Amino acid sequence: MAVYQDDFPIVSAEKLSDTVFDFKVSCPQLASDAFPGQFIHVICSAEKLLRRPISICEIDKTNSTIRFVFEQRGEGTRLLSGKKAGDTLNILGPLGKGFTALYAYDSAVVVGGGIGVPPLLEVAKSFNGACDAILGFRNSEAAILIDDFFDVCGDVSVTTDDGSLGTHGFVTDVLRKRLENDPPQVIAACGPTIMLKNVAALAKMYNVDCYVSLEERMGCGVGACLVCACRTRDENGDIKHSHVCSDGPVFNAEEVAF
Amino acid sequence: MSADLSVNIAGVEFKNPVITASGTFGFGEEYNKFYSISLLGGISCKGTTLYPREGNPPVRIAETPMGILNSVGLQNPGVDEFIDRHLPFLSQHDAVIIANIAGSTEDEYVEAVRRLNGTCVDMVELNISCPNVKEGGVAFGTKPESVEKITSAVKKVCEQPLMVKLTPNVTDITETALAAEAAGADAVSLINTLTGMRIDIKTGRPVLHNNIGGMSGPAVFPVALRMVWQVANKVSIPVVGMGGISTWQNAVEMLLAGASAIQVGTACFNDVFAPLKIIDGLRKYLDENGYSSVSELTGGVEIW
Repeated sequence: MAVYQDDFPIVSAEKLSDTVFDFKVSCPQLASDAFPGQFIHVICSAEKLLRRPISICEIDKTNSTIRFVFEQRGEGTRLLSGKKAGDTLNILGPLGKGFTALYAYDSAVVVGGGIGVPPLLEVAKSFNGACDAILGFRNSEAAILIDDFFDVCGDVSVTTDDGSLGTHGFVTDVLRKRLENDPPQVIAACGPTIMLKNVAALAKMYNVDCYVSLEERMGCGVGACLVCACRTRDENGDIKHSHVCSDGPVFNAEEVAF
Repeated sequence: MSADLSVNIAGVEFKNPVITASGTFGFGEEYNKFYSISLLGGISCKGTTLYPREGNPPVRIAETPMGILNSVGLQNPGVDEFIDRHLPFLSQHDAVIIANIAGSTEDEYVEAVRRLNGTCVDMVELNISCPNVKEGGVAFGTKPESVEKITSAVKKVCEQPLMVKLTPNVTDITETALAAEAAGADAVSLINTLTGMRIDIKTGRPVLHNNIGGMSGPAVFPVALRMVWQVANKVSIPVVGMGGISTWQNAVEMLLAGASAIQVGTACFNDVFAPLKIIDGLRKYLDENGYSSVSELTGGVEIW
């Protein structure tokens, strides 16, 4: 699988909320090769040595663009958020193993929390309507991409921690009901670790396959430096350190030792 | 005619003086997707121990101004898997293969190095300077007596030229360099990372799960350059310089300070092509300044 490092022009840079930004970059090679759930490793500024890993939100093969949505968390992403359409970004990618295991299923439910929501959009699209979404946010101000999911999903449920939008509660409350009444073939989840842990536990309880996308502080992004370790289980059930950049970011939830 | 980039270190011929540094380049497979690793002078492989190690729990990396801290803790598949799974790939390419060997005890070092005998490994880099493991590693590297003891024990069984990688976390690095030389080291490489720390003020906890880690990147370059210069003035074996090299200009400085070759590490995280850009830049610099060989730069600094 080909992987690239190059400068690519930003074609649009929008703000989705106070801290969340939505960029589209023209990069024909990446757009033709990327899979849902893969990520790009971006130089935020010449002032920052380390790249920032950001999941791919949409792959537009027709217009040769990659869309990514990121949260401003620290100095690096703050500098990145200052970029405008017409600026170039140095991108390394596409990287990691995406949600390709989902190709074996006909229908899915995607479960996203906060900034974990964006990578699930391309996953949802790949099911051509045979996918429902359960999206959770802190509050209505933090809600992002809901219309995008309505465009490609059968059903979209939204939860907020404070009840200011959609159902008052967590994504797992909605997921539990769904699993009781109409279990999907597979679940794809991305979000805070505690959410993933709870989603994985529910999936196991209802005997539904589940894939989760993990996050960890990253160095090289290509599997060489081994800093982005995450705890997984090997075939004997023993705990080992896998690496988010090369073994993931998407893992079968059964393998992850939360 | 273009300048000769080749260097000979302890009898090992490198086609250029740019080596990728241990721990940043795996066993070469990952970066071979971007360019042929045969373009490199050499590859110093991920630090390898006698038995597999899982390394430290995450978080293992923290950013610092123009640098990073890491605390991987020598996660590696063990020397047998290195030989069985990774060496065959490396041997298909035309870069000097340097095995970087670490351990918790002298016996582990000796046995791991012994298992490399008869393999296609061209050179052994003795890692007695890893700051991220509780036992061994840097414990062998901070006192001249222990450097001498482990170097001579390994030298007895090592078929390949032996390069000892030195820690900068000492009062006087020339003492440990001289100890390695006295014990039979064929070369020294320096510097390994500088011990550092960051604290997350939101949680009051260190960013790294290991609390402390090893600092690398452009921020450490002046320290590395100074140490290479000091060591090169004391020892008569070749010195391989590293620590924060990210440009060809840094490489020229390191060679002028006394290095015979250089290693590039953290720079690859920012730019996967950094080692190739350094090779190209070196070549142009030599040609433009009338040098016939890169080795003419080594130790060429004119001190005030």
